[in-house]
Amino acid sequence: MSKEGVDVGKRRFLTTATAAVGGVGAAFVATPFVKSWLPSARAKAAGAPVEVNIAALEEGALVSVTWRGKPVWVVRRTPEMLKTLDEVAPELADPESKTDQQPEYCRNKHRSIEPAVLVMVGICTHLGCSPKYRPEADGGQLSYSGFFCPCHGSKFDIAGRVYSGVPAPLNMVVPPHRYEGDSLIMVGEDPNQGGEEAA
Amino acid sequence: MASKFMNWVDARFPATQLWNEHIGQYYAPKNFNVWYYFGSLAMLVLANQLLTGIWLAMFYKPSAAEAFGSVAYIMRDVEWGWLIRYMHSTGASFFFIVVYLHMFRALLYGSYRKPRELLWIFGCLIFLALMAEAFMGYVLPWGNMSYWGAQVIISLFSAIPVIGEQLTTWIRGDFVIGDATLNRFFALHVVALPFVLVGLVIAHIMALHHVGSNNPDGIEIKANKNADGHPADGIPFHPYYTVKDLFGVGVFLILFCGVIFFAPEFGGFFLEPPNFTEANPSVTPEHIAPVWYFTPFYAMLRAINFEVLGVPAKLLGVITMFGAVLIMFVLPWLDRSKVKSIRYKGWIFKAMLAAFVVAFVILGYIGTQAPSPLLTTIAQVCTAVYFAFFLLMPFYSVIDRTKPVPERVTG
Repeated sequence: MSKEGVDVGKRRFLTTATAAVGGVGAAFVATPFVKSWLPSARAKAAGAPVEVNIAALEEGALVSVTWRGKPVWVVRRTPEMLKTLDEVAPELADPESKTDQQPEYCRNKHRSIEPAVLVMVGICTHLGCSPKYRPEADGGQLSYSGFFCPCHGSKFDIAGRVYSGVPAPLNMVVPPHRYEGDSLIMVGEDPNQGGEEAA
Repeated sequence: MASKFMNWVDARFPATQLWNEHIGQYYAPKNFNVWYYFGSLAMLVLANQLLTGIWLAMFYKPSAAEAFGSVAYIMRDVEWGWLIRYMHSTGASFFFIVVYLHMFRALLYGSYRKPRELLWIFGCLIFLALMAEAFMGYVLPWGNMSYWGAQVIISLFSAIPVIGEQLTTWIRGDFVIGDATLNRFFALHVVALPFVLVGLVIAHIMALHHVGSNNPDGIEIKANKNADGHPADGIPFHPYYTVKDLFGVGVFLILFCGVIFFAPEFGGFFLEPPNFTEANPSVTPEHIAPVWYFTPFYAMLRAINFEVLGVPAKLLGVITMFGAVLIMFVLPWLDRSKVKSIRYKGWIFKAMLAAFVVAFVILGYIGTQAPSPLLTTIAQVCTAVYFAFFLLMPFYSVIDRTKPVPERVTG
C-alpha cells in the first residue's frame, strides 16, 4: 500500500487516541466484574452484633460465640492470670498494645473494659488459625497461661498479646464491644453505640 | 475415497498439516530416555482431570450448606461416583508428581536454555496455574482442612501493606470465608482456570514444536541434517514416540489405579483426615498442613520468623514463598554454563542440584510436620540452599569445569 499523501502523524494520533478511549471503556466495563467480588448486601447485613451473657461464666472459663463468622472468646480471668500480665511483659513484642488491634477503650494492660473479662477474636494474627486456650502454664510451649497457635507455633499471653520471636506479627484483635448491665456483652458495638451506658 | 475426503478437508482446514507438524513429521531426538515420559503423562492426567471434573460438577453443589453433603452423596449414592472422585483426587496428586519430575528433567538436561526460554516460561506459568487450580479444588469439598487451608492461604494476601486487608475481603467476598468464597472458587476451578491451563499447554507445545525438543545430551539436532532435510539424529514422533509414550501410559496407569483402588487417601497425604469432617469456623484442626505438593513452599513460609530491615516476618515469609516459585522464571538467564546437559557439566552443578533436591524434599517433609524450633532451623537452612541453587548459578555455572560436548547424540 502506498503511503503517498497520507498524514502519518495524524494517523498515528488517531490510532493512539482511539486505543486510549477504548482502554478507558474497558476499565469502565471491568468495574462491575471487579466490584461484584466485594461482600454483598446480604454479607454486610450478617455482620450484626452478637449478645453474650457472662453471668454464669466461671473464673478461668472460656466461652466462644460467633460474630461475623469469626470465633469471639470471652474469658473470665482468674486473679492469678491477671498477675501474669506483668510477669510475661518482657517476653512480648508489644506489651503496651501500641498497634491498633483493640478499640481505644481497651488500650490498657488487660486489654479489656472489665479487667477480668477478656473479649477477643479467637484468630491468630499470623494466618488466621484459631489458637488453643491454655489456662495453665504448660511448661513446654507457654511459661504462663495464654494461647498457643498449633499451626505455626505463635504464642499469646492471657490478654492476647503476642510473644516476640513467633510468626504472628501482632496482638490478637479485641473486637468493639460494650456492656449492657453487669453481665450482658454486646459484641460488635462500641460503648457509645446503641445502649445508654458508657463504660 | 478416504484420501478424497482428506483433500476436501485440507482445502478448508489444515488437518493433515497439523498432524504432520505436531505428530507425523515432528522429528524428535532419537535418544530420549525414561525422563521424557512425563510430558505426555502430564497431558494424560490433564485429560483425566477434565473428564472426571466435568462429571463431578454434575453432582457437586457449590454452596457452603450443601457442598460437604454433596461430596458424601457422590461417594455413597451416585453410581460409580466414588471412582470418579478418587480418579480426580488421586489425579491431582499424580499431576504434581508428574509435573515435578518433568521440571526436574528440564534441570537435568538444561531444557530451559536458549532457544527454549519461552517454552520454560510457559511451563512455569502452567505450574503456577496448576497450584491455583489445585488450591481452589481442595476448598470445594468444604471439609475442615479445606476451610482452614483456605483461611491460611487467603490470609497470605493480608501481609501486603496498605491494601492487604481489603484485598482479602475482596477475595473472600465476605468478612470470613464462606458461601461467597466457595461459590467463586468453584467458578474459577471449573471454568476459568481450566481454560487458562489448556491455553498454556497449547502454547507450551507450540513453543516446543517450534524450537524442537532438547535431549539428554543437550545437543541441537537441527544443526545436523540429512539430505532429506530432517535432523540426522531425529526420528518422527509417530510411530516411534507415540508407541514409547503408550508404554509409559501403561506403567503409569498401573501405579495410578493401584492408588485409586487400594490407597486413595494415601495415608492422609492425598486426602487429609480433618477433611472428613465438615468445615467448622470455630475449630481449627490441631495441625494445619497443606496437601503434600505444597508443603515445600509452605515450609519456606513458616521458616521465616524474623524481620529484616523493618520488613515484618509475615510479609517476608510470603515474599519468600512466592519468590521460590517466581525465581524459576528467570532460570534460563541464571545458567551461564557452556553446556546444557548434566552429562557434560562439572561437579559443582551436580553437587548444587543434589543439594537443591535434598533441600526441596526435606522442606516437603517439614511442611507436613507440626512446627518446632529444630525443624524451623532446618527449614531455614534448606530455604537458603533452595535459593542458593538459583542465585549463585550465574557464578558457579561459569567456574564449573565442563566436559566437551560431542557433535552427535550418544544414545
